[in-house]
Amino acid sequence: MNYTTHSPTPHTHTPGNVNQFMRQVLLAMLPGVVVLHYFFGAGVLFNVFVAMAVALAAEAWMLRLRKKPMRLFLSDCSALITAALIAVSLPVGVPWWLVAVGAFFAIVIVKHLYGGLGQNVFNPAMAAYALLLVAFPMQMTSWPAPAGEFHAAPSFVESLRLFLGLASSDINAIDAMSAATPLDTLKIEVNLGYTAPEAMTQLHWGAWQWLNLAWLVGGVYLLLKRIIRWYIPVSMLAGMLVVASLFYFIAPDRVAAPPFYLFSGATMICAFFIATDPVTAATSPKGQIIYGAGIGILLYLIRVLGGYPDGVAFAVLLMNLTVPTIDYYTKTRVYGHPAS
Amino acid sequence: MSIPTLTPFPGGLLLPAHKENATQSPIINAAMPQRLIFPLQYPAQQHHTVPAVPQVSVGDTVLKGQCIAQGDTPNTSCIPVHASTSGTVMAIEDHPVPHPDDTHTRCIIVEPDGQDKWITRKKADVTTLDNDVIFDRIAQAGIIGQGGAGFPCIDKLHSQDKAIHTLIINGAECEPYICCDDSLMRERADTIIEGTRILQQLLKPEHCYLAIEDNKPDAIAAVQKAAKDTAIDIIVVPTRYPIGGELQLIQTLTGQEVPSGNNPTDIGILCHNVGTVAAVYHAVALDEPSLSRIITLTGDSLDKQGNLEVLIGTPIDSLLDEMGVNRDTLSQVIMGGPLMGFAVHDLNSPVLKTTNCLIAATREALPPPKAEMPCIRCGRCEPVCPASLLPQQLYWYARDNDAKALTEYNLFDCIECGACAYVCPSHIPLVDYYRKSKHHLRQAADEKARADKAKQRFDAREKRLVEQAAARDARKQGGDKQSAIAAAIARAKAKDAK
Repeated sequence: MNYTTHSPTPHTHTPGNVNQFMRQVLLAMLPGVVVLHYFFGAGVLFNVFVAMAVALAAEAWMLRLRKKPMRLFLSDCSALITAALIAVSLPVGVPWWLVAVGAFFAIVIVKHLYGGLGQNVFNPAMAAYALLLVAFPMQMTSWPAPAGEFHAAPSFVESLRLFLGLASSDINAIDAMSAATPLDTLKIEVNLGYTAPEAMTQLHWGAWQWLNLAWLVGGVYLLLKRIIRWYIPVSMLAGMLVVASLFYFIAPDRVAAPPFYLFSGATMICAFFIATDPVTAATSPKGQIIYGAGIGILLYLIRVLGGYPDGVAFAVLLMNLTVPTIDYYTKTRVYGHPAS
Repeated sequence: MSIPTLTPFPGGLLLPAHKENATQSPIINAAMPQRLIFPLQYPAQQHHTVPAVPQVSVGDTVLKGQCIAQGDTPNTSCIPVHASTSGTVMAIEDHPVPHPDDTHTRCIIVEPDGQDKWITRKKADVTTLDNDVIFDRIAQAGIIGQGGAGFPCIDKLHSQDKAIHTLIINGAECEPYICCDDSLMRERADTIIEGTRILQQLLKPEHCYLAIEDNKPDAIAAVQKAAKDTAIDIIVVPTRYPIGGELQLIQTLTGQEVPSGNNPTDIGILCHNVGTVAAVYHAVALDEPSLSRIITLTGDSLDKQGNLEVLIGTPIDSLLDEMGVNRDTLSQVIMGGPLMGFAVHDLNSPVLKTTNCLIAATREALPPPKAEMPCIRCGRCEPVCPASLLPQQLYWYARDNDAKALTEYNLFDCIECGACAYVCPSHIPLVDYYRKSKHHLRQAADEKARADKAKQRFDAREKRLVEQAAARDARKQGGDKQSAIAAAIARAKAKDAK
């Protein structure tokens, strides 16, 4: 008889645990990775591979330093998700060391120096992105032109050469490959004095629409699997839509129509994969709605009024800062207590 | 008939019932055990009672229903202990009792003689009895709330200086596996209804509801039949854990919430379990103390599963043997349900008046807890909490031992239903953290009360000494006694101020 007596209540439990949820998130990122690969070549796979390898190594190193159970925490997959988010956020075609620096910074500084899984204040992937954007603005803003009518995605070998930094001396090669993203183009053209509708005729944002659609598909999968709740994605997209509609109504020649902002840049991956990181988000439904809406509004304002073409990292990090306050002011009324 | 509009309580869980195995056969009487164990003090978890004083000595013979221990003064909150069969007192000694911690309590141990010979009982026509007599019979019968928390029945009845407008009989029985109340309602609905009518006679409430979860159609039919032509409304409530919790059931039926820190009786509502009112009927009408109860014996380690009528004091082991326990597959015995029950440490422990269910679980059915991971703030715990607490915040503050924050986030409104821990993907035993924190906070409050009392005593003594010294001085100098005392006190105060 293996009689046990020290089992805490409850003695029964829902199926499902953190590891399984995290694996579902990784699975839901597949459509996005496939679309990235289709339009921008194999660079995205190298990004993912190096980011994951560095993140796992950094995680293992920190677990060892902090004397935490290695296998238990490595198998939670949280470092892999951080790595994957960094990998797909960076422009395809960046050199490998940029990816490595990002993954290392996210895991060591942003996650473990704040206390490890569940304790970090800032979204590790976004903090790493912000660091790289500030430190290496050139590399971080040169997205290759997506594959299309006039242009094929770089071949596997070309991608590898770029990734390893072997192509970097050949300025022409980079020039031929990189192109301003739609958000970038719009901003530049409007600043040059063109109206937004004029600028929009110059834009080819089909690849970015497909990419956002792919993240949306993954996000809906996570919603259906109940890995994430709807509050943050819906409030974020709604917040963005409201403020975008307002701007469009006031200044239609300065900004594009709202759908453009919803389906360009990193909007959808932010709504379903980044803003929904539970560790750094508000917790109550009401709090999550405020948090999500805040990200949506900030993201739009940074894109339209700020100096950067996209603003996911800054919008998310700024809202991370507000989480303790949101949580404090969105407490629910407890049974048997008067409404406050 | 006045059927209230039901108000759903927040949170809660839909759980697999696991009740089908034990509800296949009618209630059977458990075999007479080798010995019966009667704790003198009730090993309660939530409130303290005074130990009863033995009224018998080792070697005495006792009769079924004989009071073998009781309080030495009538007004102590002490539950009388009765022999549940006739026999001989073998020992009065410390013995393991069921408790989440491995606890021993002084117990009277009786060896049954097999005669099951009763004391003389005075049956009564309840309608002719005075309230005082009814109260007295309930108090003497040693009835304890049979739903789980084990609040003495008489204390609940006596706590109503305020009028009771609503009497609620709780037959919801929402926790998985447990089906003793279900079988009681199906087979002994009359007893429940008669017991309820006694409480109605006593309290004269405007409304009387008997609530049953909608997954027990047989029980509903039986009770509806028995309650025909009475002023008892049978209310079918949705199956949702923990609707059988007193506070949740009150909210469901009346829409009212019991203000934090108060008892339901403070807002004119009294809630009793169906088993408790059945015991009230036995005590008042038949003059029989609380000697037995129905217990669900279930779990995959048992050959036979079912509901047994068990004498209070029966060792758990003898019940397991009777049901054909397979000790190779037995991993733990849970007293109560899988969410709120606890693992029994010593299988020689006796069953108590609150023992509603014993689950002889295999490792597969109720596996040991998985490794505890850090909280990732996913928030799954929050929408399932029936008290609308923030389990996650409470967990962080419990880990930090932050007494102020725990109070601010209303730790003491946690009913320990375990819904939060049930859904936690990090397998954090949240309720364990809350229990420990509650314990620490209570201890700190006790210590503070003791320290305050000691300070008062100390101050009083200082004052007395000063006065005595002053009086001595005054006598010596033959001067004015009052002014000398005043001067001395002023001196002492000046010293304090420094």
